[in-house]
Amino acid sequence: MTESGKPMNIVNENVVGSDSGLQTIASSERTEVDTDTPPFVFETIDLNVYYGDFRAVRDVNLTVAKNEITALIGPSGCGKSTVLRCFDRMNDLIETARVDGRVLYHGLDLYGPDVDAVEVRRRVGMVFQKPNPFPKSIFDNIAYGPRISGMAKKKADLAVIVERSLRKAALWDEVKDRLSSSALGMSGGQQQRLCIARAIAVDPDVLLMDEPCSSLDPIATTRIEELMKEIKDEYTIVIVTHNMQQAARVSDRTAFFSVEVNEQSDARTGILVEADATEKIFSTPADDRTERYVTGRFG
Amino acid sequence: MHPMIRTSRRRRRSDGAARRVFQLAALFTFVITVLIIGTLAVDAWGFLSKLADTPDGLGSLTAIGWFPRRGLYDIGTLVVGTLIVTGIAMLVAVPLGLGAAIFLSEYARPRLRRYVKPLLEILAGIPSVVLGYFAIAVINPDIVVNLFSNASKAFTLMAAGIGVGILTIPIIASVAEDALRAVPHALREASSGLGAKRSQTTFRVIIPGAISGIVAALILGMSRAIGETMVVAIAAGAVGGGLFQLTPLQPGQTMTGAMAALGFGSDQVAGDNLAFESLYFVGLLLFVMTFLLNYLSDRLVTRFREVY
Repeated sequence: MTESGKPMNIVNENVVGSDSGLQTIASSERTEVDTDTPPFVFETIDLNVYYGDFRAVRDVNLTVAKNEITALIGPSGCGKSTVLRCFDRMNDLIETARVDGRVLYHGLDLYGPDVDAVEVRRRVGMVFQKPNPFPKSIFDNIAYGPRISGMAKKKADLAVIVERSLRKAALWDEVKDRLSSSALGMSGGQQQRLCIARAIAVDPDVLLMDEPCSSLDPIATTRIEELMKEIKDEYTIVIVTHNMQQAARVSDRTAFFSVEVNEQSDARTGILVEADATEKIFSTPADDRTERYVTGRFG
Repeated sequence: MHPMIRTSRRRRRSDGAARRVFQLAALFTFVITVLIIGTLAVDAWGFLSKLADTPDGLGSLTAIGWFPRRGLYDIGTLVVGTLIVTGIAMLVAVPLGLGAAIFLSEYARPRLRRYVKPLLEILAGIPSVVLGYFAIAVINPDIVVNLFSNASKAFTLMAAGIGVGILTIPIIASVAEDALRAVPHALREASSGLGAKRSQTTFRVIIPGAISGIVAALILGMSRAIGETMVVAIAAGAVGGGLFQLTPLQPGQTMTGAMAALGFGSDQVAGDNLAFESLYFVGLLLFVMTFLLNYLSDRLVTRFREVY
């Protein structure tokens, strides 16, 4: 792990239940992981996610490369959001969710026994479908992450982070004069860029975006898409989108998910049909189902 | 008018009847409230004006203690007693009530919550007379006297306060839990997504988001504690009257306790002296205090509803 030491820190050395602070993996394990670490940020191996008895996704094998934008597309109920939420262990918040198989993050199993979900989420940021700023000031929204992680405590340090994050999210010029006013007074598009700035503020390695533009108008959507392209040199981005044009416009790679209906039980399970370079998915996909979907002849 | 859409006379009449029944119910409630307040105010005024004509005059309102049969009506004794009992009750109920609310809303698994919440409501349903006896049978001898060797052996304001506090826990817990749970799930996700521990999410996002609801819970609990009568009547001692005193380890008298004592007739107050009439004066004061608290909480709850 030469390019960044970050991912290694998510493992608790003392296994039992500590959820505090940074712990580093034992050095022997580190070398073992290093030698065959692929250039992938994420790699899922036979990933299955269940909600209670219901299997939401089946046997997903997907890779996400560094500094690329990977789009997850597919019809409703195909499990693309579920897969996305495995990348920062957000499914942990759902009582009945259970994850089977492996989700490797720089070669390290995120669902391994001694991985701390809190540490994972400090490295893997998430932007949600609906903008969800805290009912706090713009400043405090951005400063929230750095404050809770202990990254910065002094107002001056926080101010630097806030400005940098807002600039990266192309929001600084619009809000620099009203940092102390409530974030709830912003427009939807501004709120979503604020949420991106808030995620960036903790200096993550990856940004996960779960249909980030679905509640925004076309102009705000365009701004977010431009923003994604601008910041992809620094971050790895995985985006779930319903909008195929959006996937085609912004992503480098596209993964197409579909729904498989069990004839007997009528259970609907999400499967990964194929993942490839975006141009290929939208021009000459390997699978018929992908072609039918991207050409609008979805059956 | 087209015959099909014309209202039949019968329906018009039954609609009107229903309307009148509800109107009457509303009017009745309103009239009763006005009558109560009016009676209280008139009789309190009557008490004060008669008291002014006695040899000691209004000076009896500040005396060595509350002894209505002897013409000593030190209202301070009762107010201080009430404040001590309410203060102790809040010391017991606020941490336990808020703690339970936070646990139920943020930490408990849904299954556990399903069992614990009704249990809490059972606690709210315990008749206060039972808690009064619990206070003299258990709280005072086993807790208060054990902790403070100089405490009075039979009755103390502290035992009464702890008893009232136990009664107040479920109100605070239940209202505060509703407020905490009303904070949108999206904010919990936002916080977790930024790498917040559950405790950080709770203290930095959920509690600030629910703060007006929590304050409303505290005020509701407080007005319950101020108005609680049976526990203090049984466990606070000083039924006939009490000297002005500031320690919670002695018997004492609260506004509600004094009113109950006068109202029971255990004090044989009906007669030509003013003891019975002082009840209205104390009652009015109590009413004003709880009314102000309820009004405040109502305002806060309204504000709380507008947050999201």
